[in-house]
Amino acid sequence: MAGLRQRRARRQSVLRWVVVTLFGVLFLLPLFAMLEFTTRGAGGSLSFETWRVFFDWAALGETYPILWTGMKASFWLVLLSVALTLVLLVPTVVWVRLRLPRLRRLVEFVSLLPLTIPAIVLVVGLAPVYAWVVYFVGGSSVTLFFAYTILALPFAYRAIDAGLSAIDVRTLSEAARSLGAGWATVMWKVVLPNIRSAVLSAAFLTVALVLGEFTIASLLNRDNIQVAINQLGKSSATMSVAVSLAALVLAFALLFLLSFAGRRRHRERKTS
Amino acid sequence: MTSAGVRLEGLRRQFGSLRALDGLDLDMAPGELVALLGPSGCGKTTALRILAGLEDADSGRIVVGGKDIANVPANRRDMGMVFQAYSLFPHLTAAENVEFGLRLRRQNAATRRQRAREVLELVGLGAHGDRYPQQLSGGQQQRVALARALAIQPQVLLLDEPLSALDAKVRVQLREEIRRIQLEVGTTTLFVTHDQEEALAIADRVGVMRAGRLEQIGSPEDIYRSPATPFVAEFVGLSNRLPGRVTGDVVEVLDAKLPLVGAVHSGPVTALVRPESVDVTADPTGTGRVVAVSFLGPTARVTVSLPDDAIVVAQLESARLPELPPGTPVRVILRPVPVVVSP
Repeated sequence: MAGLRQRRARRQSVLRWVVVTLFGVLFLLPLFAMLEFTTRGAGGSLSFETWRVFFDWAALGETYPILWTGMKASFWLVLLSVALTLVLLVPTVVWVRLRLPRLRRLVEFVSLLPLTIPAIVLVVGLAPVYAWVVYFVGGSSVTLFFAYTILALPFAYRAIDAGLSAIDVRTLSEAARSLGAGWATVMWKVVLPNIRSAVLSAAFLTVALVLGEFTIASLLNRDNIQVAINQLGKSSATMSVAVSLAALVLAFALLFLLSFAGRRRHRERKTS
Repeated sequence: MTSAGVRLEGLRRQFGSLRALDGLDLDMAPGELVALLGPSGCGKTTALRILAGLEDADSGRIVVGGKDIANVPANRRDMGMVFQAYSLFPHLTAAENVEFGLRLRRQNAATRRQRAREVLELVGLGAHGDRYPQQLSGGQQQRVALARALAIQPQVLLLDEPLSALDAKVRVQLREEIRRIQLEVGTTTLFVTHDQEEALAIADRVGVMRAGRLEQIGSPEDIYRSPATPFVAEFVGLSNRLPGRVTGDVVEVLDAKLPLVGAVHSGPVTALVRPESVDVTADPTGTGRVVAVSFLGPTARVTVSLPDDAIVVAQLESARLPELPPGTPVRVILRPVPVVVSP
């Protein structure tokens, strides 16, 4: 009996490693290929010239102005999209839970809508809206953060809603109110600290989404890092691939942080 | 400690088609502990939440310390509250939880720490200040919640079924502790519960609620011994429903003449008789027969079947059980204590 169990455990362990290795190869091989391509010098020799330029931001700005523009735009897009998503979503979701629980399904439905609408259809709808955005705040690529906030809603909503489900928001906020806290204090000192990892998850997912978005920016003739990579690919393939690799690694790092935050939250709750 | 009197006048609250409060009136003297008791949906929690400012009344007055606070928001009402659900802030230690309200009142760190230590000592958790809620048992969490509510020295302490999530033994210990602490600090306290034993054990006065109104309010003994209505008699404690006939100021039940609570028209009624007002003695000529016996420790309940399929339950000393095994013919005697009747 024990021998049978051991054989089964060994078989499962082997199978697990085979699956992990296959997935590792599937994910890492293209990344290695990209790295190899960006470090290939003349005559097939090893060269770090592309990466040297990539990390020398002054040179990067001069040599590849379009890339520099795209990176700056994406940086601001990330900041503004995350800020607007959280400012809009966190108080709304908390308020709906506390005061308007009957609207919860409706808010969930509205938040998930962008996931079901293809980007091209969104652009058709957004184009006339952006005509007004240009009229009021100018045509900067950074104005894309309005659209990106909508795109991020389904992911950010899920993350924050899951965080709120894990605590008794109503009782905690009522306890804080009875102790003398106003609504702002309830939000800052009671609700937010207890959904910190959910808010972080929402922020990371928004960052990953903004860094990877191409369709809307391209179709609305705006610049971001993905549009820059696409254009750069036509003139400097190695730099284009280097930037793509850096963006991918950044997204992986964010997702890793996200899962780390989730694990930490789980561990904290188990300490009892 | 600035303990205040509380007066609720004609409070009404409607939730859709449900009338939660239907003109509730309640007076509480400073330092008094009043328990609101009643079945689910009777409006007791709504009354407490309206007093706390967590719900709005449709109409009526809420006067605390002589001031009408109906329009004062919850965070300015100066009331400490302990909830049915565990309500400690999970990201703060027990001491930080207790300091929360003091921090909002801008007290300095030394005063906060000193006060937190004092109230945690008061609830017997002086050594647990650095623990997080997840590291405390349910009973300990509710004690910290009580300490947190008391730390701000509220005018009124509100307890919304704070013991209902705890196991039986902890409930008894904690309710006694709540009473001890309440007497020590002297805060006017409104305690909402559906557990009659809890209410009778710790309250100065018990208010029995039904359909959004107070059915009766009085000392625990009054409520138990002299229930004003059949509802109170049946809700508080056990009652035998026995057929009887009112003649003048007595009711005839099982050949006994019992005094009445209140005036009732003559005629056939159902008398509500407490099990401890019933005595049972073994008698071969008796018309009753023991059908079941329940051992309750110092006392026991003996169920007797009477002619016409009537059933009567008697509560006796358990020492008498050997003489009353099931099947024993018995005689049922009712003690002449006042009883409530329903038509």
